[in-house]
Formats: sequence, structure tokens, C-alpha cells
Amino acid sequence: MTGIVTYGSYIPIYRIKTAEIAKMWGDKPEHPEKGLGLLAKSVPGYDEDAATIAVEALRNALKRKNIPGEKIGAIFVGSESHPYAVKPTASLIAEVVGAYKAHAADLEFACKAGTAAMQNVYAMVKAGMIDYGIAIGTDTSQGQPGDALDYSASAGGTAYIIGKEDVIAEINHTVSFVTDTPDFWRREGQRYPSHGGRFTGEPAYFKHVMSSAKMLMEKAGTKPEDYDYVVFHQPNGKFPYRVGKRLGFSNDQIKSGLISPYIGNTYSGGTPTGLSAVLDIAKPGDRIIAVSFGSGAGSDAFDITVTDKMDSYNRDAAPKVMDMVNRAKYIDYATYLKFRRMIVEVD
Amino acid sequence: MVVPRFWRERRYRYSLIGTRCPVCGTVYFPPRDVCPKCGRESVGKMEEVQLSGKGKVYSYTVVHQNVLGYKYQKPYVMAIIETPEGPKITGQIVDVDPEKVHIGMPVHAVFRRIAEDGKAGIIQYGYKFVPDEK
Repeated sequence: MTGIVTYGSYIPIYRIKTAEIAKMWGDKPEHPEKGLGLLAKSVPGYDEDAATIAVEALRNALKRKNIPGEKIGAIFVGSESHPYAVKPTASLIAEVVGAYKAHAADLEFACKAGTAAMQNVYAMVKAGMIDYGIAIGTDTSQGQPGDALDYSASAGGTAYIIGKEDVIAEINHTVSFVTDTPDFWRREGQRYPSHGGRFTGEPAYFKHVMSSAKMLMEKAGTKPEDYDYVVFHQPNGKFPYRVGKRLGFSNDQIKSGLISPYIGNTYSGGTPTGLSAVLDIAKPGDRIIAVSFGSGAGSDAFDITVTDKMDSYNRDAAPKVMDMVNRAKYIDYATYLKFRRMIVEVD
Repeated sequence: MVVPRFWRERRYRYSLIGTRCPVCGTVYFPPRDVCPKCGRESVGKMEEVQLSGKGKVYSYTVVHQNVLGYKYQKPYVMAIIETPEGPKITGQIVDVDPEKVHIGMPVHAVFRRIAEDGKAGIIQYGYKFVPDEK
């Protein structure tokens, strides 16, 4: 049996309300909530980045179940906001946990690099190359000030340790779907990303999420009603409900894994953190489908069953996703600009 | 801080690894190669020990000055944290309103950016402290 042995998340404490962002840019304060389903988004502190979020998420995973560094055979960190353009985040993670014999690499695939990391580690464990591997999705994503992404681009991350022993959630199947679709991109050296506006919807998010979800259910021989929970990539608070309805899932199946209304889009951290929120409340036997989306564009889907080991697993040893969603310090737009290093000064 | 020095100290800074004297049991952070109490008896015998990251505020101050690299964080709190293992550690307390910090406040270590060497230099990571959740 190959699957999740332990998991942990981290969401920075700072939030900005979307109404505050709307006020800054002359939109109606209710616009982001009504139009995008977003109430607030998480903001990294001045001294936080994708690497510090990754470390905190991983330490939360290790509080729940400690896996010694020498047993870790692989570390993949998925992010579109790695602190360095050249110098891996994965080597920092290796140092923090003392995993000096691990295969370590950084991944980037817009919002799906975290699930890509999970698939890589899963494959290495399943192939018998390694006993345990770390997969992390983490981001401190940035939207151009005043752009629609200013309402959603947020910060957070989740770490999974995948192995074969004491698996709390078995990964039954995983599939991917990918095409060259330029819905969102950032050219080398550019500070903020660009996107195709409405083009990010139908030919990008919906096509890829629906394709991989359908491929997965066909492979697993399952139907939407066979699942207790479904987690979709959550670029806003509305797309997951819309794609869920089209695939035949109910809102009840979706809501436990949908946190973007409260913390925004954590990019590579999105689907992994939604899944983490579901694992926080799942019982043995529960079946979960998790479907990510990364612009550019692709989608990874996972069919997961929670095992009996969940009963003896120490979930309470680290903060749960909703604990971190609910502990919030609200800041204004000026403080947000300060924390995000968006104020231009002379060198 | 120059790159080699930061590199040498990275394990202590990332994971709060100190040393313990096997003769008298005293724990040191930052780590020491020799126990000042036991002298030559401890030479070559000091053992590495990982601190729990828990602690209480022993004393603190709120910095309002424009210290280079900390302008965007002021006013910020610098504190001496008393650890259950023994060492008192100097560190910043973050994610807190400075007026809420008090002596005896329970805190725990978190992993943060400490400093960066300009826009092109290395980023130095290490420990800071945040208040315990209630």
C-alpha cells in the first residue's frame, strides 16, 4: 500500500479583506465576494517566503508523525515563487530535516507544482526506489496590483510524506492531463504574471480539471457519488462549485476542501491544502478525489482512501487547516504593500 | 554576514542545535566545543542536542530605530527567551502586537528569513519566535 504517511500545512497569520483591496482600486467593496466568492486572502509576513512556509508545513507534518531524515529518499518542492531563481528550495528542506541522501529538486508548474511533487514521490515509493519521500506545495504568489489576481494571489503550503508503512490515506490511482494552453504566464525577469482573462476559465481550468477527473474515475471505475469528499484547485471561491456541478458532485462533497473564500488562492499550495483540510476531518474508509490545476496547462487527479491507521494517527499534534484559517490578523492595503515588498525605493 | 560563516552555522540556525556537556549536563546554545565549567574534561566529548524550540520571554525590548534591513518590520520585538533546556536565546518575536508582549509569555520557535545580503546576495534563514496559541 502506497500513500500518505503524514501531512501538515501552514498558512501565514496575516489577512487582507478583499473589500479593502476593492476600496483601494475603486471597485465596489462587495464585488470580489459576489463576483469571485473571495472574502479575504492570506498575506505572508515580511520575513516569510515559499521556503519558510514549506519548512513550517513540513514541521507540522513531522509533529504528527516523525520520520527521521535518514529515511527520507526524495524531496520535491513545487512552487512558482521559489525564493531564488537559481538555488533550490529542496536543498534547504533537506538540511532542515537532515535528509542528506535524498534526491532533491524543485518543481514549477503554476498552481499544480505541489501535486506534481506528490506524483513524483508516489512513483519513487511505488517503484521501490525509496522508503519515504517529501512532497511540498508552497507559494507566496503575487498578482499585479489592481489586477483581478490582486484579490486572490495569497500564501500557504502543505507537506506530505509518502511511504508504504503506516499509511493513513492510500493513493489508489493518480492520473494527469496536459496541453499547451497559455492562460497564465510570467516571462523571465518579469515581476508579475500576465493572464488571458476569461480565457483562464473554459479552455484552461474547466477543460483540464474535467478531463483529469473523468480519466481518473474511468480508471478507478468510480462515479462522483462514490466519494465522500472532492477537492478541486481553488483559484477563487466559485470555480470549484461550478466544475463540481458539471462533473456531478454536490456542494456538500466540495465545501470541506474549499478554503479559498477565506485565504485566497495559495497556488501550488492550493489543492494540497484543500486535501489537508479534508484529511483533518476524514474517517477511516472515507474516499476522496483531489484534482489540481496548473496554468499552462495541466491537471493532476488523485483517488484516495483513508485507512484504519487514521484512528491511531496523532492529527491533534499540529494545527489543523481550519485552526490556521481562523487565526487571522487583518492588515490594510498599505501594510500589504509593505509586507509584499511592493514599495519602490531608490537603491 | 559572509557566506562561509552563515553556511557553517546553518544547522544551529535552522534547527536550534546546541551542545550538551556530558560531564555536568549543561546545555549550550549556540553550541560550544568546550564546557567552560568542566574545561579539559569536556574536550572532545560535547554532544549535539536539539532544543525543543519552546520557551518563555525572559526579557524584551521594542525597537523603533531604522535598523538596516528591519525598516519594514519596525516597531519590532527583540527578546531573550528562556528555554526549558537551559540556554537563554536572543531572538525576534514576530506575528505579535508589541504591546501584548510580556515577561513570562510562552513562545515557540518558527522558521523565518532573518536577513538578506542586498537584492542579489544570499537569504539567511533561521529561528524567530511567535506567541503560543491559546
